[in-house]
Parts: sequence; structure tokens; C-alpha cells
Amino acid sequence: MSLQSSANEPAIELVGIDKKFGAVHANKNINLSVGKGSIHGIIGENGAGKSTLMSILYGFYHADEGEIRIQGKPVTIRDSQAAIAAGIGMVHQHFMLVENFTVLENVMLGAEGGQLLAKGVAGARKELKRLEKDYGLEVDPDAVIEELPVGSQQRVEILKALYRGAEILILDEPTGVLTPAEADHLFRILQVLRDQGKTIILITHKLREIMAITDTVSVMRRGEMVATRKTAETTVAELAELMVGRRVLLRVEKGDANPGPVLLSVKNLTVKDGRGVTMVDDVSFDVRAGEIVGIAGVAGNGQSELLEALAGIRKPVSGEILIDGKPVEAADPALLRQLGLAHIPEDRHHMGLVLKFEEYENSILGYHHDPRYGHGAMLDLDAIRRQAEEQIEKYDIRPPNPRLKTANFSGGNQQKIVVAREIERDPKMLLIGQPTRGVDIGAIEFIHRRIIEMRDAGKAVLLVSVELDEIRSLSDRILVMFAGKVVGEKSADADEQTLGLMMAGIAA
Amino acid sequence: MSTASVPLPAWINYGVIPLLNLILAFFFSGLVVWAIGENPFEALNFLIQGALGRGDAIGFTLFYATSFIFTGLSVAVAFHAGLFNIGSEGQAYVGGLGAALVALSLDHYVPWYVTMPFAVIGAALFGAAWAFIPAWLQAKRGSHIVITTIMFNFIGAALMVYLLVNVFIVPGKMAPETRTFLAGGQLPKLDWLMALFGMKLGPAPFNVSFIIALVMCYLVWLLIWRTKLGYEMRTLGVSPTAAIYAGIPYVRTVIIAMLISGGLAGMMSLNAVMGASARLQVEFVAGAGFVGIAVSLMGRSHPVGIIFAALLFGILYQGGADLSFEMPNITRDMIVVIQGLVIFFAGALEYMLRPAMVRLYQTATGK
Repeated sequence: MSLQSSANEPAIELVGIDKKFGAVHANKNINLSVGKGSIHGIIGENGAGKSTLMSILYGFYHADEGEIRIQGKPVTIRDSQAAIAAGIGMVHQHFMLVENFTVLENVMLGAEGGQLLAKGVAGARKELKRLEKDYGLEVDPDAVIEELPVGSQQRVEILKALYRGAEILILDEPTGVLTPAEADHLFRILQVLRDQGKTIILITHKLREIMAITDTVSVMRRGEMVATRKTAETTVAELAELMVGRRVLLRVEKGDANPGPVLLSVKNLTVKDGRGVTMVDDVSFDVRAGEIVGIAGVAGNGQSELLEALAGIRKPVSGEILIDGKPVEAADPALLRQLGLAHIPEDRHHMGLVLKFEEYENSILGYHHDPRYGHGAMLDLDAIRRQAEEQIEKYDIRPPNPRLKTANFSGGNQQKIVVAREIERDPKMLLIGQPTRGVDIGAIEFIHRRIIEMRDAGKAVLLVSVELDEIRSLSDRILVMFAGKVVGEKSADADEQTLGLMMAGIAA
Repeated sequence: MSTASVPLPAWINYGVIPLLNLILAFFFSGLVVWAIGENPFEALNFLIQGALGRGDAIGFTLFYATSFIFTGLSVAVAFHAGLFNIGSEGQAYVGGLGAALVALSLDHYVPWYVTMPFAVIGAALFGAAWAFIPAWLQAKRGSHIVITTIMFNFIGAALMVYLLVNVFIVPGKMAPETRTFLAGGQLPKLDWLMALFGMKLGPAPFNVSFIIALVMCYLVWLLIWRTKLGYEMRTLGVSPTAAIYAGIPYVRTVIIAMLISGGLAGMMSLNAVMGASARLQVEFVAGAGFVGIAVSLMGRSHPVGIIFAALLFGILYQGGADLSFEMPNITRDMIVVIQGLVIFFAGALEYMLRPAMVRLYQTATGK
């Protein structure tokens, strides 16, 4: 299994890494060797142990057994400082940046070089210039982070790692938050870094990215490293099978839609965001029973605000939302739930779940007044835990423990908790935002099937996703949003290019 | 950073770590005592003897603890809803008005056990009323509850002094206080409870409100962890955005949480006003509202933790008073320093020992 991943000497080697969290065996005897100056991909389902392994490498956790060797020398990584000292840099999925600091200030943070800033600032600015030039990482050092697009923020994270002298760069799901163009830009940067001799470990769910950019790839499944391949010698289908241990459908199979009467109707809806900027501009459409309407668009073109307005979270400025032909009177999520509208929100960390709660407590979020979960003022904990256990069983949520803190579930399993809660209510209408963001292939397939089942059961489904593949494979009709307006409607078989041009606001 | 997410068993989290914090606090207090030229071990002995050595000492300790349980619960309930209620002091003070009005109106006519339920309601209503305006301002206007509740402590104090000096004062007397309640307006002492353990209560004002406090502990536990309202409060407290998503009404939940919090603070007056002095006096709260913040923090906002933390502060109050009597070098102010060290180590530095404990635990269990 310790197939040398490159002809070069290994930059980093993991030998027999083993880690348990109580009964959960997160990493089982992991062996990995990544050659210097190569891009190595690690793929696996959520909960397969990728993040644990990288956390061990970065000093967040300590392995129970095993050894880490860097440039051939065994090292002990007690904490992130030790990891940085060993030349390991990490770019987290959720950025670790001070939002109201400038790029330069963020890069210097923790490496200011003395009590007075002036000298350090000058040095850092010079070093930043050099790094930008060497690696093509153009970012304005005086820009404030919160004003930068996500892609640039990520480049700042990479700059931070390089500034601290990282030779080995770990990127955890780096493209999850990026537009396709930004992702391409990132890949070009990674290639430059590799050509300059840096070693890159890329953790991702997306097989396309693995194929596009890595030199070698390792597959993890249920805590084990099941295979390592040269990327050129493998295929998407093989990797997908290795990941889940069975063949997966990359495209969802579904029959024709049988659209019924209009259940959800939007008329001339206009929504502004917190800053008073118009995000949804005079939008009208219908969703019928038994169909999936997909909303395609580059992130930030008003889809999020549209979804929030429909769910009652954000009050529209003007326009109407009709359910069963009757106007919805108030922007009130509780009222909308009573009318049969379920909502899988885009942001499961801040909306769909309370991460500090135990799993079973989240299984009733929004539905806690249901008489099934307790009469009068009281909650019936037995009933709640029973139905939580049923959902865990039915949706294969792992680990199957309703008393576990929700934050301790992996991303895909967290999403399953939300999906289970919303779908098991048997709603009439379902709003879905980014159903599979940060979710592994096995869970994607599972969630997609559930969505199709909802449609076939005669529910009205509105799907918002920045993954065009997802929109195309699930939707019966596709609406394209650009700059707050619906710029066109296409059938499900519209080709990617046409949709892409519409999403870019070029053609209607 | 690396150890914060590692779960520790409850007996370490809630047993070993608080105990070590306490030992550290006493160690540094000992250094302070030693520095002013007294024997720290002797001082500790006086403190413990003074708080727990005799029946009446225990009675005083439990009397103080009773007040701290009420105010600790008050702070905890608001805290679960994400609100930092600094106003328990003022709410307890105004709550005293409710208790006193009930006692003054009923004590001529009925025995204490008839007065008591009305007094509980009166104290809670007045305390809640005093919390209502800050709650409304927070919920509707976004005025920060910390600021408004602090302000209301001052307003409450001024109001009570005005009422006691100009309205309730007994004609011809100099002291700003109401008349003494008759037996029908007093809460009887729990001397029988002490007698069960073979101890004499003596002059200590340990009274029935202790039992009311324990009942409230149970009711608060029920509220927070077993009711829909408690679920909504906790959701709001931990994740306001998830609360919006779940359709939990912000204004209603904030106001109700603060009303309950204020009501619990108000009930503290049952102990001081009806249980101890049998009249409403100025400044009767004497800082119990602020101690409630420390008690809630140390008790991790859980009723059981609050009982233990309230007992600890009861010991410090009563034992401290005795200590400064026995060792004149150790003034009341020194006692406050010791209390401050306990709050510092047990509350504010709660997480100081945690990383070391995690390492120790991991080594010991071989993980």
C-alpha cells in the first residue's frame, strides 16, 4: 500500500497512523507517502477519516500510534505551531481570516516580528511582493478581507501559509466555495506552486478536480486508505467505486415528471439584503406539484435571498408569494411550515442545525411544537429520541448516536440530519438550497434519490444550487438567475454551454 | 486549541476541574493572608469553622446560599437565551416591594402559609416587571441588555429609597424601613430541619424560602431541558440564525426569558425580607444579585451546579465574616479579595486547567 506517489523523494510520509475517538475508529493504520513537488489528492466519503488524518498532520489531534516523517526525518507535531515549523501549511475549508483586517495584516498575523509593527510591515510587504511574483498569486496587500471575493480570500490563505515558509500545503475542500472560474484560477496557482517544488495535498469530494489537477491520488474509505493510484492510470469510475465500495450512479435516473396544479407561486417578488441592495428584482415563477424547478446561477446573483424570502426568513420589499393560490400573509417560517413548506437551507451550520445541540435535538428544529413531540408546554424526550433513531436508521446517519453533539458529525452526515428532518415531515412543498455542498458522493446519491422521490410523490420542489451538474440532472425545468432577475427558462436537457452563457448574463 | 474539542467525562468536567480551581483559589488566598502576616492555615480553619462549625453557622451559610440560588438561577435562565442579565440585583430589590406589599396586607388576617404563595407571586411579579423594560428595549429596539439592566439597578435603588423614606416609613421612626411584619407575614425558620441533624439553628435566619429555592431549581431544570419554551430559549441562545430559521419568535422569547429571570431574582427577597428581617429595608439585597452572576458562571448555568456554587459562596460570606472577627488583620475587604479570587479561578479561568487535564486524561486512558 505504501506505493511511492512520485519518482521524487517523499516530502512527507505517514507510517501506521491510527486514531480512535471512543468507539469510532477514525483512522486505521494509514500509510501514505507524498513525493516532493507533486500534487496528491485524497478523496473519500464524508466520515471516511480524511479530515482527521489532516488534523493529525496539522497538530489538532494526536495519533494514537504511528509516525510522521518530513523530508525523511521523524517529527512530532504537538500543535499547529509545530506543524508550521515543520513546513506544513493548511488552507481550511472555512477561512481563518480576520475579516476587517487588510491582506497584509492577515498575512503577518502571528508572525509580526517584534513589538513595533513598522519594520515587520515593510518586510512583509516585500516578501508578499516576491511571493505574488513567484507564484502568480495577485492580491492587493492593502485590500480589506471582507471586501474581497471568496477566491481572493483563499489566495490570502495560501499566501499566509507560504509566508510562514510552508513547503507542504494542505488544502481542505478548496473549491467548495469557489465559482468555476475561480476554481480554474486556483488550479493554475497550484500547478505553479508544484513546478516551484512545493508539495500539495488536496482533499476533495470532487472527482473531476482530482482528474484535472493531481499527479497521484489516494482513496479513503471508513478510516482506511484503500488505494493509491497514479492519476493518469485511473478513471473517474474506478475512483468512485473505490470510494464507496460499490458502483454509484453519477447521473440520477428518473422518469418523466407529472406536473400537477401550481402549489407555489411567486409574483413580482423584490427582495433587498441587509445593506439595502436589491438582490431579487421583480421575479415571478410557478412551481407545480410533482416537478422540480432548478434555479441555476453563479453564487451571489440573488438565489440565496430568493430562498430566504420564500422560507419566511427575509421579508420581501414588494411582490407576493402564493401557496395553493392564497397569498402568504406574513414572513414567518413557523407559519410557512404549517402551510406545508419544508426548507433545507443553504447554510446548515448557521441555519439548518444548532451545532452545539445533540443530534436528536436538531431532529425537531422548527417542528418542536408538533404534538408528536410532546403535549402542552412539555417535550416528550422519549418520542423525540425514538423518531431521531428512526431517521438515523433510515438515512444511514453515521455514527448512529442521537446523543452525539451535532458538531461531531461529518458534513455529509450533518446534511443528512437536515434532509431527514425536512423530508420526513412529508411536506407539500420543499425548498432546497445547495443540498450537497461539502457532501460526499455516497451521500449525494442518497440525497438526490430522496429529492426525486419527493417529486414522484407529487411534491413541489424548488432547488437552488451552484453546481450546474446537480441542477441539470435533477431539474425538470431550469430557471437561470443573473443579477437578481430570472433571465430565462430552459428544459432539463439544455446544454451546459447555453446555461453557462445565460448564467454569465451574456445570452438569454 | 487542540484540546478544546476533546470531550472529557462528566466527573472530570464537573468534579475534578472545579475542585482544582477551588484549591488554586484557596492557595492564592493563602498567599495573600500569609503576606499580611497571618497564618493561612489558621485563617482557613476560622473560615470553615465559622461557616460550618456550629448549627447557627450552618444556618447563616444556608441563609446566604438561599439568596444566591435565586439570583444564580435568575442569571442562568437569561444566559440560556443568550442574554446577560446584570440586573438581578435591581430586580431582587424591586421584588422585595412585591413581597412586602403582600406581607403588609395579609399578615393581620391569615397565617404564614396562606401569605406565602401570594408573596411568591408578588415578589416574582415585581421582579419580572423590573426586567420587562430592559427586555422590551432589547427585543424591540436592540438596546443592549447589559447596559439597560445595569441602569435599571440604579433606577431601582433610587426608587426603593424614595418609597421607603417617603411612603413606607413608620411615622416617628428614623430608619427607612416598613413596619415589622406580624407572624402571618413572616416565613418561619427551618429549625426543625436542623434538629433532624441534631443541630440548633440559634439566631440564624435560615428559613422556608430555602425550600422554595430548591423547588425553583427543579422547575428551572424542567423549563430549560424539558419544555418547548426552554428548547426555544436554548436555540436562540446558541444560534440566533438557526432560531430565525426555525421560526422561533425573537421578541417573545427574549421577553419571556427576561420575565422569568426577573421573577427568580425577585424571589430572592422572600429570603431576606420575609425570612430574615421581617420588614423591607434599604439595601437588603446587599450584592446578592451580583454574586448570582458568579454563581451561575461557576455552576455552568445548571441548577445542580448553581446549588453547589451558592453553597460555596454562602460559606465564603458567613465564614468570611467570622474570620474577619477572629483575625482583625483580615478586614472585610480582604474577604472580598478572597471571594474575588474564587470567582477568578472558578469562573473566569474555567478553561485554564482544561488542556492539561485533557493531556493527563489521554495519557491515563492510553488514547
